Amino acid sequence: MSQFLAQPLGWGTGLIFALSAVVLLGVVLGFVTYAIYFERKVVGWVQFRHGPTRTGPLGLLQTVADVLKLLLKEDIIPALADKPLFVLAPLIAFVPSFAVLATLPFTESIHFADLGIGLLYYIAVSGITTLGSLCGAWAANNKYSIIGGMRAAAQMISYEIPLIMSLVGVILMTGSLNLIDIVNKQAEMGMWFFIPQILGFGIFIIASLAELSRTPFDIVEAESELVAGHMTEYSGFRYAFFMLAEYVYVFGMASITTLVFLGGWLPPFEFLGFIPGIVWFILKFSFMVFFYMWLRATFPRMRADQLMQLGWKVLLPLSLVNIFVTALLKELL
Amino acid sequence: MGTITTEEMMLNMGPQHPSTHGVLRLVVTLDGETIKAVDPVIGYLHRGTEKLAEDLNYTQIIPYTDRMDYLAAMLGNYNIVHCVETALGLEIPERAEYIRVIAMELQRIASHLVWWGTYLMDIGATTPFLVAFRDRETILNFFNELSGARLTYNYMRVGGVKWDVPPGWVERVGEFVQYMKKELASYHQLVTGNEIFLKRVIGVGAYTAEQAINYGLTGVTLRCTGVKWDLRRDEPYSIYDRFEFDVPTATEGDCWARYRLRMEEIVQSLRIVEQAVAQFPNDGDFMAKVPRVIRPPAGECYTRMESSKGELGTYIYSEGKDKPYRLKFRRPSFVNLSILPEILKGENMANTVAILGSIDIVLGEVDA
Repeated sequence: MSQFLAQPLGWGTGLIFALSAVVLLGVVLGFVTYAIYFERKVVGWVQFRHGPTRTGPLGLLQTVADVLKLLLKEDIIPALADKPLFVLAPLIAFVPSFAVLATLPFTESIHFADLGIGLLYYIAVSGITTLGSLCGAWAANNKYSIIGGMRAAAQMISYEIPLIMSLVGVILMTGSLNLIDIVNKQAEMGMWFFIPQILGFGIFIIASLAELSRTPFDIVEAESELVAGHMTEYSGFRYAFFMLAEYVYVFGMASITTLVFLGGWLPPFEFLGFIPGIVWFILKFSFMVFFYMWLRATFPRMRADQLMQLGWKVLLPLSLVNIFVTALLKELL
Repeated sequence: MGTITTEEMMLNMGPQHPSTHGVLRLVVTLDGETIKAVDPVIGYLHRGTEKLAEDLNYTQIIPYTDRMDYLAAMLGNYNIVHCVETALGLEIPERAEYIRVIAMELQRIASHLVWWGTYLMDIGATTPFLVAFRDRETILNFFNELSGARLTYNYMRVGGVKWDVPPGWVERVGEFVQYMKKELASYHQLVTGNEIFLKRVIGVGAYTAEQAINYGLTGVTLRCTGVKWDLRRDEPYSIYDRFEFDVPTATEGDCWARYRLRMEEIVQSLRIVEQAVAQFPNDGDFMAKVPRVIRPPAGECYTRMESSKGELGTYIYSEGKDKPYRLKFRRPSFVNLSILPEILKGENMANTVAILGSIDIVLGEVDA
């Protein structure tokens, strides 16, 4: 793959580049479609329900039908909204979510950009999405939206920091920001980073849930107070774009967690090495996605100010301690 | 550095809002996310029940009470028939009283279950709602067998109840009580110990016993401040003096206290149902001898009872005719709601729904 990527850009290679991007897009869209389906099923099972069963066999076409419905809906822009910004906001939220996928290696050979600063790139680009939420909230000219948007901004800023800090421990141990190097380091050490970096792992999981605005941190769109937060005035495909961005980030965050803390494509035991790496990746990845859904079905929501306190007063100091201890141990051992 | 000037924002919560439990409108004045003032606007569901009742005879009023607190229609039914019976000085057959008490206590459980589910929904957890509704469904099925309806029963009559219990019904209620007692443990396991939940409710929306009494709060909203006042115990009506049950109280006066009390009340209601099932008379009438046209003697009559929300009362001014000259319901949801502006002042915006939910209002009863 890396030799292939190093080839000069010609018609043939350009076509393959474009094709593989389309394939990744297809995979991600397929994932989003069935992640929503699966989420409804899992939450349904937890709540003694069946989830979708009617549309297609086992309800498998439910999300397709939902998306079609959203696409066919009238495109409403509120009269007093800031029109250009209102139209732009879903794109600002959605484009970075796809841009981050470029750096994710699924196995040692299946990946796109083998970026030296892959992890940093992911974190940095994914931060742009907040801007989309905030723009949408501001442009919609709705009070619920603006409160939702302000909360989104506050939450993202508060949790971006512990999220990055919790990764610094791993980066220290690996000495690289490259995601492939991080996984290879775990192979070399013979254990996945969630064991030596248990504190970092815990902080990362909590902060990533807040980044994804998923339960128990779905304050941004706390429906019981804010109706739908920054998305209140959005409908039709613009709303679909926000939702899409949200689920693509689930894809991204589950991948990052798998790669950085759960050993990526590595088998849990040496003797299971004959099973291809992609299978392990999918298994761990699916577990993370299930974990998010499980939380959603069982947890209440935190309050915005409690969330801030948790971020600044608990997670940030803890992640600093984690960095210090990791650095100390690295120096001593 | 200059000071940051902030501007107050007016936010209109409701009448179409996911968490105002119906058509309640709250005009909230916000400074950032801090609430400066709340002005509840009610009346969107006002149907003029009391005025309508003046043109109805006493049996015809009963279905209107179903639609006041539609989550506890049995209690609403009893409220009106109890007042008329008291005015008439009727003797109610024992079997009818037992059926009524079982129905009322099951209704109290059903009402608290809906509260539990929707309250957790307000706080952001979705599963408890489904759990509560599963068990409430069993109770609704019991009522369906009794009256043929799931929500608006129109089951009680002046002098007794409309239908006798179906065969095996009482035994099945007894089985449900045992099931529910075990099931409550899983309710607590799902929610009560959850750290996030505790942080949302402990110390939130607290008021003192003095405030509660000044605002005329009753039911759980009063008992959570430490005032031990339950009409079933302090002014026993029906046959409540035959049962052994506790009146749980707390002293904190916050949402957490109200949560605990409602959960504890479910246990106490189960105890009452269990005893009523054990003592249930095998035969006897379920309807007293009542004149075809009910004409309470001229004068006034006020009775009150403990509903799932608080003190539910009926005032009848009769001129000796078959229709009341004036009818007035003392509706606990309406009275309990009155403290909301006071306790919401200075709270965080996110606490609005947690506090409103903990008061447990039904808009049908607030507006009547």
